[in-house]
Amino acid sequence: MRLWWEVGVRSFRRASTYRLATASGVFTNTIFGYLRASILVFVAGAGGAAIGMTGEELVTFAFVSQGFLMIIGAFGDPELADRIRSGDVVIDLYRPADVQLWWMANWFGRAAFQLLARGLPPVVLGAMAFDLAWPDPWWHWPVFALSVLVASTLGFAIRFCANLSAFWLLDNRGVDQMVTLLMSFFAGLLLPITLFPAWLARVASLLPFASMVQLPVELYLGRHEGAAIVWVLTQQLLWLVALLGLGRALLVAATRRVVIQGG
Amino acid sequence: MAESPPVRQWRHEFVLIRRLIKARIRSDWQYRVSFIALMTSQAAFTALEFVTLLLILRLVPTIGGWTGAEVAMLYGLSALSFGVADMLFGSVERLSTYVQQGEFDRVLLRPVSPLLQLVALEFELRRAGKMVPPMLVLGWAVANVEIGWTPARALLLVAAVVSGSVIYAALWILSASVSFWAVASKEAANAFTYGGQFANEYPLHLYRNWIRVVLGWAIPLAFVAYVPVQSLLDAANPLGLPSWLVFTVPLVAAGTLASALTVWRTGIRHYQSTGS
Repeated sequence: MRLWWEVGVRSFRRASTYRLATASGVFTNTIFGYLRASILVFVAGAGGAAIGMTGEELVTFAFVSQGFLMIIGAFGDPELADRIRSGDVVIDLYRPADVQLWWMANWFGRAAFQLLARGLPPVVLGAMAFDLAWPDPWWHWPVFALSVLVASTLGFAIRFCANLSAFWLLDNRGVDQMVTLLMSFFAGLLLPITLFPAWLARVASLLPFASMVQLPVELYLGRHEGAAIVWVLTQQLLWLVALLGLGRALLVAATRRVVIQGG
Repeated sequence: MAESPPVRQWRHEFVLIRRLIKARIRSDWQYRVSFIALMTSQAAFTALEFVTLLLILRLVPTIGGWTGAEVAMLYGLSALSFGVADMLFGSVERLSTYVQQGEFDRVLLRPVSPLLQLVALEFELRRAGKMVPPMLVLGWAVANVEIGWTPARALLLVAAVVSGSVIYAALWILSASVSFWAVASKEAANAFTYGGQFANEYPLHLYRNWIRVVLGWAIPLAFVAYVPVQSLLDAANPLGLPSWLVFTVPLVAAGTLASALTVWRTGIRHYQSTGS
């Protein structure tokens, strides 16, 4: 446990080194938030009650979902794949520590920094220009926090699988981008799934990506009550177990066939 | 090189750049599965932006008073221009890596334009995937908008694609130049390139005043698609654009490119290599 904590702390520090890069990332996320919010405000105004979401809810969705981008790895996390390509992964494999847990600790350290530095600012900056909704009653906050934690771990689990595909493909950027593509659409990052036509929303609900943005933001907005909240969290956890399991299976298969580049 | 006439120099550069680009394409082609997957996903990303527009049009009859065909044209024009600019000049965003690793020194040592070198060295054919969906949508929009196509209008459309590509290319050069001063702030430039492209796919009057002023008129993204489409299709005009504005599009494009190149050159003069 001590080891994972230390790995996480170092990863947090490493992520926090690049201040200017972080600030410029916040700037870009916020601009995108403003653009999406403006569009969604129009949709709510022109579409009326038939949309199923109020203008305030949609604007909140726009900014809160921007805050998710980094902690779920929406743009990919190629470090492990790069190490597989270069052969450096051998160092990960001969460490007396579990490879999946090592990278997970590394992910959490960085995600913790990004939650603070990249997750909160777009929401705060968004609240300055638009009326945003806040979780209500108070206990929706811890529920949302738990859901965010699972969402971030899901992001790790999926990217870990995508990265391990580099053992077979060497150049796994195609796989990685496909994941990014599916994630941005079916997580609700381009448009809230609530606004999808029923059949497409059904497809989205059968994929793990909804658990990464759409469902946590729904909890934030208080769109679920009582037992439904438990069901949302259960869904997220089931996907998490499945994808961590897949990652574990891939890791076992990969270490059996590993050929390290460079001799 | 001072003694060689400029024409010979240009031809020499052209041959060299072409050879470098060919080499890049061949090396990318070595990982075929990845190349095809990457190209497909580039196309799919661009297509998904249009799908999002369609999903919104399912909920509302028009987007800010613009019909489906008008918005399709807006998307097609903006995304196609962006695709062209991205394929030719999008790779200059790699400048930050060059500067960070001190590799830009090597680029400067060679007697070929640093800008063209970056374009050739980082050329990625897969970016061409981005042009496919907007071409299809633009084709559909041209056939479905309710105006008669005259040679003058067709010419205006072609001029708009060219000017739009020039504006986006200028934006890429401008945003890459930021790396000469603040190498870590590359991501902020994305707000203007990718953000601008995203903003441009929706009628400009949807945005709040200050976003519209900055992205639309200061950056001049409005001239890529909003101004030409409004004028060409006589679409709803809540901003009250004057009808002559569309004729300034090529001038604005040329002006934007000129300022971008000035900033780029200033940046190169300012460049001091990495510390260690």
